[in-house]
Amino acid sequence: MSELVKISDKVLSGERIGFDEAERLYAEADFYDLGWLAHQVRMRKHPKPDVTYVVDRNINYSNVCVCCCKFCAFFCEPGDKNAYVLSFEEIGRKIDETKALCGTQILMQGGHHPDLPLTWYEDMLRWIKKNHPVHIHAFSPPEVVFWSEKEGLPVSEVIRRLREAGLDSIPGGGAEILVDEVRSRVAPNKCPSDQWLGVMEEAHKQGLRTTATMMFGHLETPAQRLEHLFRVRDVQDRTGGFTAFIPWTFQPDHTALPNCRKLTSVEYLRTLALSRIVLDNVDNIQVSWVTMGPKIAQLALYFGGNDFGSTMIEENVVKAAGVAFRLSREEIRRLVQGAGFTPRQRTMDYTLMETE
Amino acid sequence: MNLFKNDYFKDMDLADIRDKVETGERLSYEDGVRLFKCPEPLAVGALAHRMRTRLHGDKAFYVINRHVNYTNVCVNGCVFCAYQREEGQSGGFVLSRQDVLDKLEAAPLPPREVHIVGGCHPRLGLDYFEDILSAVRERYPDAVLKCFTAVEIAHFARLEGITTREVLTRLKAAGLGMMPGGGAEIFAPAIREQLCPRKATADEWLAIHEEAHELGLKTNGTMLFGHIETIENRVDHLIRLRESQDRSHGYTCFIPLPFLTENSSLKIDNPLTGLEELKTIAICRLLLDNIPHIKAYWVMLGVKQAQAALKFGADDFDGTVIEEKIGHEAGATSEQGLTCSELEDMIRGCGCTPVERDGFFNEV
Repeated sequence: MSELVKISDKVLSGERIGFDEAERLYAEADFYDLGWLAHQVRMRKHPKPDVTYVVDRNINYSNVCVCCCKFCAFFCEPGDKNAYVLSFEEIGRKIDETKALCGTQILMQGGHHPDLPLTWYEDMLRWIKKNHPVHIHAFSPPEVVFWSEKEGLPVSEVIRRLREAGLDSIPGGGAEILVDEVRSRVAPNKCPSDQWLGVMEEAHKQGLRTTATMMFGHLETPAQRLEHLFRVRDVQDRTGGFTAFIPWTFQPDHTALPNCRKLTSVEYLRTLALSRIVLDNVDNIQVSWVTMGPKIAQLALYFGGNDFGSTMIEENVVKAAGVAFRLSREEIRRLVQGAGFTPRQRTMDYTLMETE
Repeated sequence: MNLFKNDYFKDMDLADIRDKVETGERLSYEDGVRLFKCPEPLAVGALAHRMRTRLHGDKAFYVINRHVNYTNVCVNGCVFCAYQREEGQSGGFVLSRQDVLDKLEAAPLPPREVHIVGGCHPRLGLDYFEDILSAVRERYPDAVLKCFTAVEIAHFARLEGITTREVLTRLKAAGLGMMPGGGAEIFAPAIREQLCPRKATADEWLAIHEEAHELGLKTNGTMLFGHIETIENRVDHLIRLRESQDRSHGYTCFIPLPFLTENSSLKIDNPLTGLEELKTIAICRLLLDNIPHIKAYWVMLGVKQAQAALKFGADDFDGTVIEEKIGHEAGATSEQGLTCSELEDMIRGCGCTPVERDGFFNEV
């Protein structure tokens, strides 16, 4: 027990903890102690009781994907009758709707489409910036690696071209668990962890901010979740480019891993708290109402979370895996207030909006 | 709760309540109101968790059970109900004895607890219920038949022109083992008048439960919260129930029921949020020091919230359920049923030890 108190004192004094200490906290700390500790760290980093959120929409430009990840219920193989690629006009219409709802950005991701060349993406970005200007938070490291391999270009060149065409920031998707032993089983065709982190490091170098995610609760062990956190922390030490960390739980329905035990909210909250404690160099930790529902998302604000994520005017991927919570901007504000915090709309880089 | 600095509860102005919880001293009405007003839900939760741990360690109970609703026809017309139909209205139904048996047969495992409740039907006589109880008892001699709320008992007595004691005695003879806690809603008369004016009053509800206890029947208690009641109404409800238990000692489990707004005709300006639910569950645990069990009723809370409730004072995860209608027609989005292995996995995932129980909360 005194060992736990020692680790806790270290955390409270702002000192960094190591892997073994984090492992011990996860295994031995009581639910309330872990939450309390994470909340102390959060309040030290963000002394104001603000909880931020962003108004945006997930636009999935295509569901065609050759990756075939076992945890995915969204993708279609090329030629499938449900396969689609959105036209630029449709994307534009969705952007206009988003802006009409006080949206500040779009989050745009798709599958690994085998037939769309990099120029198609550049054209799309340029077309959006010209006709429907908005912050474009788009793609993910696996998509960037896929194009780099398909086009025979270095990753840095792909990022440079996308950035020049209008890409503003990159969401942290496709990280899953950044341990190759796990990745090779759940996402065998997706880029390995070094490449995922490499894309983010390169993006940060080129001045793009990104987020990082972790999808847990499938084939990984708790220690491998921790390994994920420490790998993100290492990159952040070098670049400082991650704006936020977003851990969320795997939703097994309609996927190729249907027999995975669904993690409980208690395990989610413990992992969230640990993320806050380990990632001492990442400012913002997002709670996941999309996978946990609004009730647990509220509780998560006392387990290290300081950001309610996005209004997600549209969300397709998690919904395909059997979970469909819907929250309006007003409801997010009510939930944040109900939890005792002040809701503040923000942009991707966590600048607070003046108008509420 | 080892890392919390000593002044944590003092900062929350809860040091005296913490001391009472530590020593097992009874909390007052005022303590209950102060807990509701505490801005930090985790402080309240941690106290409830401490009390729950003292009572039950890390055990969390579950039961192989089955719900059957024999009719949705009801003369009460409570404003919050999304399940009720008028007699003759489309969608109204009454199950036959055979229908009830068929529903129980369809369950994958023989239930240890059979939960049968329904609307207050204007023409179903007591013989109908005796008949159902006998048939179920014959088919499942080992199951605990937990049937009919106090509201139904009062209704049967009125229809038959006999006392509630006679109703209970006859139903007990036919196989009734226990009474569920439904129909308590909120005891405060002013709220009850607006919510469910035709339903048995709070005094009737409590009297019937105490009568059942005298006859050797165990019962549960409930509270429907998050509609038009105040915090004070909630505390008053819990204290009344606690006093009733002091008199008759027959309540086994208490079930806090959040009001679901989805399909109710009662419109609420500021519906409950998750933290308010958890805090209320925690305060139920803290105030009801003489009722052994607090239920995390996953049907109404949702599975993930029910899991969290195991850390906010609850120790019972209800059960497999299989088919639930009343909460789902009110907008509950939870699963229809859970398997034993799902229940056990969830309980373990929350850091608790799963314990299968029977209807009386005996470990099996």
